Amino acid sequence: MAALITHSPILIIAIPLAAAFLTPLIGMASKKARNALVVVSLTFVVFLVFALARDVVINGIHVYTLGAASPDLSIPTGFMVPVRIILEVDGMSAFFGIIWAIVSLAAAIYSLSHIASETGQTRFYTLLLLMVTGGFGMMFTGDLFNLFVFLEIASISGGALIAFRTKFADTQEGGFKYIVVSAIAGLMVLFATGILYAQYNSLNIAFLAQAIQDNYTALDTIALALLLIAFAMKTGMVPLHLWFPDAYSVAPASITGMLVITSHACMYAAFRVCFTLYGGMPDAPVVGWILIVIGLLTMFVGVTMAVFQKDVMRFMSYHAISQLGYMWLGVGVGLAVLGNPALVNPGGWGREAVSGGIFHILNHAMYKPLLFFTGGALFHYTGTRDLTKMGGLAHKMKWTTILYIIGTLSISGIPPLNGFSSKILIYESVYQFHPILTITGIVVSILTLASFTKAFHSAFMGAELPEYKGVKEVPRSMLIAMGILAAGIVFITLFPSLIVDSTIHPAADALIHQETYITAVMGVAP
Amino acid sequence: MAHIPLNFPFLAAALLVGVSLYIIIFKKNLIKLIMGITMMASGVNLFLVALGYRAGGGAPIYTGTPEETMVLPVPQALTLTSIVINVAVLALMLTMAIHIYRHTGSLDSKKSRKLKG
Repeated sequence: MAALITHSPILIIAIPLAAAFLTPLIGMASKKARNALVVVSLTFVVFLVFALARDVVINGIHVYTLGAASPDLSIPTGFMVPVRIILEVDGMSAFFGIIWAIVSLAAAIYSLSHIASETGQTRFYTLLLLMVTGGFGMMFTGDLFNLFVFLEIASISGGALIAFRTKFADTQEGGFKYIVVSAIAGLMVLFATGILYAQYNSLNIAFLAQAIQDNYTALDTIALALLLIAFAMKTGMVPLHLWFPDAYSVAPASITGMLVITSHACMYAAFRVCFTLYGGMPDAPVVGWILIVIGLLTMFVGVTMAVFQKDVMRFMSYHAISQLGYMWLGVGVGLAVLGNPALVNPGGWGREAVSGGIFHILNHAMYKPLLFFTGGALFHYTGTRDLTKMGGLAHKMKWTTILYIIGTLSISGIPPLNGFSSKILIYESVYQFHPILTITGIVVSILTLASFTKAFHSAFMGAELPEYKGVKEVPRSMLIAMGILAAGIVFITLFPSLIVDSTIHPAADALIHQETYITAVMGVAP
Repeated sequence: MAHIPLNFPFLAAALLVGVSLYIIIFKKNLIKLIMGITMMASGVNLFLVALGYRAGGGAPIYTGTPEETMVLPVPQALTLTSIVINVAVLALMLTMAIHIYRHTGSLDSKKSRKLKG
């Protein structure tokens, strides 16, 4: 068991990768065995991630050096700098790992019946597992170039999965937009990596963070701008969000749920860059303010665009953009006051703002895929995504209706659901930074509730329509997948303070305290 | 090689990235867009290789070579990885362009556009 936890960072990346290439082989023999392989490997990964996260919370940062005599030997004997590839899992990485593991398992289970009528299913699962690998790699790596490689793995497989149903013209367009944006973002990250390598001759994030702290140059600012724009573009921040609803609305619903989390993975990378890589920079308040302003814009533009949408998946995609704004807002406030230790240490509202932003990521990762899955369930039987053509579906799809209501109440921040607990944390802490931020947040929340109520009314309420006589409840695997996420929502709703104390605060502290990340690799300075 | 100014490759890389940005933003044809992205990748790759060059350096092989300045091997490894990744991206983009052409009969992003709003 101890050995399993020691090696778990690489196992979590390697198991989906191995399963991805085993899938076509086993798929030739039997479909059932292939599906079992996908589900079993992802379940095992969920177990490993939980074990690793528990270990990280108890014993601190987990450093895993690939190819070293012992995994914690981050700097080879006789060297002053880390030269090997290092995986570094702190509270923040473990937190994102948990989210990614749960949602990818739910998405795989959902796919079992959602894509059951499509051709090329084996390739679908191969790509899905590759996407899981890429996401975990981005979250666990301690190396800037590997971040680029895993970003590209996640993007390429994600783009191929969006365009998976080649019989529709719109899927090709959405997939094309996604891959173009990802390619440009990836090249910007590579360029920034090159700039940092040229100055400091290393790719290790901990080493670079120390070097940047000691000697901050104008070139570092350029690299920071490139990295931030690239990751913001991949998350769908507002001036660069135009591809987002196009790609999200056409993908199979299970993949849309996973894309939400790849977007969070890019957010993780942006936070890692701002807080850890550039933690000691003098410009932190400026960058914090930029994140706050863009976060507000993202919230507001996302929700106002969503009000007009008729396509159910597009409508939810714009809400996803809007919710991302809350996270940028909370974490941006934390970054703006990072230089003030009284505010970011336990008890300060700067720490609570970061915690609120991170907590909202967890909640969003539960209810948004759930809502996308219910949208996919509607599409599965009605064959349309147009809300004006739907109606009266609550008569036939009782469980889907209940799950949709849970998701809606949660996204709108209705007390006591989990969306409320993270939003109140954000509202209370950012109010002390500037009251206008809280007011905008509440207005956006009200608009969210209004538009979700409207969509609920047009899809589920009313008399049964004659053309949907044959509609029945969705297959069991789709219900199980939605049930996993709904159970997550209920659990967070019941025990918010437990979640905050055991996972959110360690993650926020991991972001705020850059020095623990650096010393875990570089050792304590003599 | 010694008489070429050392910052010449950097200027070339900047020019490649600049031209490709122009293409990506203003050209409407999907194939031209794909070419723009590939050019951008070449620009970044050139930048990486140029970083690792040391004036008069030889290949970074330790065994059996005379004592001399060596170029940095790490950027070359990075470039190789990046080239492989970009081939995959290029193939995927071209596949989608073919499918878009089959569905809509046009590669003009204004005419083949279905998703709006």
